[in-house]
Amino acid sequence: MVHHITTPLSENAAKLLKAGDTVYITGTVYTARDAAHKRLAEIIEAGGEAPFPVCGGIIYYTGPTPAKPGQVIGSAGPTTSSRMDKYTPDLLDLGLRGMIGKGARSVETVEAMKRNSSVYFGAIGGAGALLGSAVIKAEVIAYEDLGAEAIHRLEVKDFPAVVVIDCEGDCLYETGRQRYIEVRDE
Amino acid sequence: MRTIQSEALTEAVKRLCIRANIELPEDVKSCIRVSLKQEDWPFAKGILEKIEENYLIAEKKQIPVCQDTGIACVFLEIGQEAHIEGDLKSAVDEGVRQGYGEGRLRKSVVLDPLQRVNTKDNTPAMLYIDIVPGDKVTVTVAPKGFGSENMSQIKMLKPSDGADGVCEFVIKVVEDAGANPCPPVVVGVGLGGTFDKAAYLAKKALMRPLDARSSISYYRELEEELLQKINRLGIGPQGFGGRTTALAVNIETLPTHIAGLPCAVNINCHVTRHASEVI
Repeated sequence: MVHHITTPLSENAAKLLKAGDTVYITGTVYTARDAAHKRLAEIIEAGGEAPFPVCGGIIYYTGPTPAKPGQVIGSAGPTTSSRMDKYTPDLLDLGLRGMIGKGARSVETVEAMKRNSSVYFGAIGGAGALLGSAVIKAEVIAYEDLGAEAIHRLEVKDFPAVVVIDCEGDCLYETGRQRYIEVRDE
Repeated sequence: MRTIQSEALTEAVKRLCIRANIELPEDVKSCIRVSLKQEDWPFAKGILEKIEENYLIAEKKQIPVCQDTGIACVFLEIGQEAHIEGDLKSAVDEGVRQGYGEGRLRKSVVLDPLQRVNTKDNTPAMLYIDIVPGDKVTVTVAPKGFGSENMSQIKMLKPSDGADGVCEFVIKVVEDAGANPCPPVVVGVGLGGTFDKAAYLAKKALMRPLDARSSISYYRELEEELLQKINRLGIGPQGFGGRTTALAVNIETLPTHIAGLPCAVNINCHVTRHASEVI
């Protein structure tokens, strides 16, 4: 199934998304990867506020390349999500609604997703030039000293992704492979 | 003896950093096109089409194919009749600094593995030097992304494990990696030598064009057998299911000790980048 979704993503809208569905995301997403997650975790632990609205938000695990003059952003594809798993359950418990990345997630992350009706989207790894084309505005909003790992606010239009793990914990990495093998071996 | 100024090395490294990150080698593009024809699972075919579209956009806009523009692996084959005037290592790092700056490539290197402060210019390069006959210097820049690098493994197999043990280990590495290294992947296998040399061979195997099979017939057959088995796993493009899990398996070997069979597997994604120049 194909969905055109907008941010912030409501709980009800999230629940309609099933593993294997194609989505086109329009609205605001925030970038954060390893070093930014470490800082976010430290802030949350100290009782402080994250530099962007986590509740209802979507984090995109990416570190874009610098934009050329006249361009909004450079190349901006997903990085491996599992490196963020250590910090993710706490963010999900704060209401984080979605994550865009690539690769498998930990059991703890999937449990926290089910608990909070959150969705994990996969974007095509290694397709940064294509995915950057869906970004219409980009600005650094925090942790500029981290360079490529700074937190960016991105406005995206019809950003292409796939629902990899849905609110019920169903995972395309398992079902997609299984289905393919079943049909192939019939 | 031929003298080469270190500035020429800087210029070459700079140009190659930019070119390698923006334009995929012909053999990789052609391999993606072939896999697109062979893929029979519609969802997987759709992903491969996007992967093709992506490298075309990168070429058109002159931006990096992937945002992980990697750590710069620089291979120098230095002819023993060539003399490089000036500081070779500094010249290479200066080329990386200029290439990653002017090319607007991402700076992804931290100075210390535990302190983790970004060097902000993608230096230092990972330098691999080989001495060869002649008076020329061949420079190859291979930016290496870490989504796939992190999925690489090494194992000291026993001689009795033989070819079956090698196959079993290589397939296990690809299976363990799953969707993480952005399949379809390229699998570099290093066999023999010592613990460290096997890892080096696996990296070097990734430099070989994807349409060039091993020059040793026995290993050529093993490469083909492994590719077939890997593409039966069903992981598919991006791990969403499908035929195309790997584009190629390249094996490089060295003599080894009577007691050992070192086996290293270096995984690369479909953005298998390298560019060369001869000075």
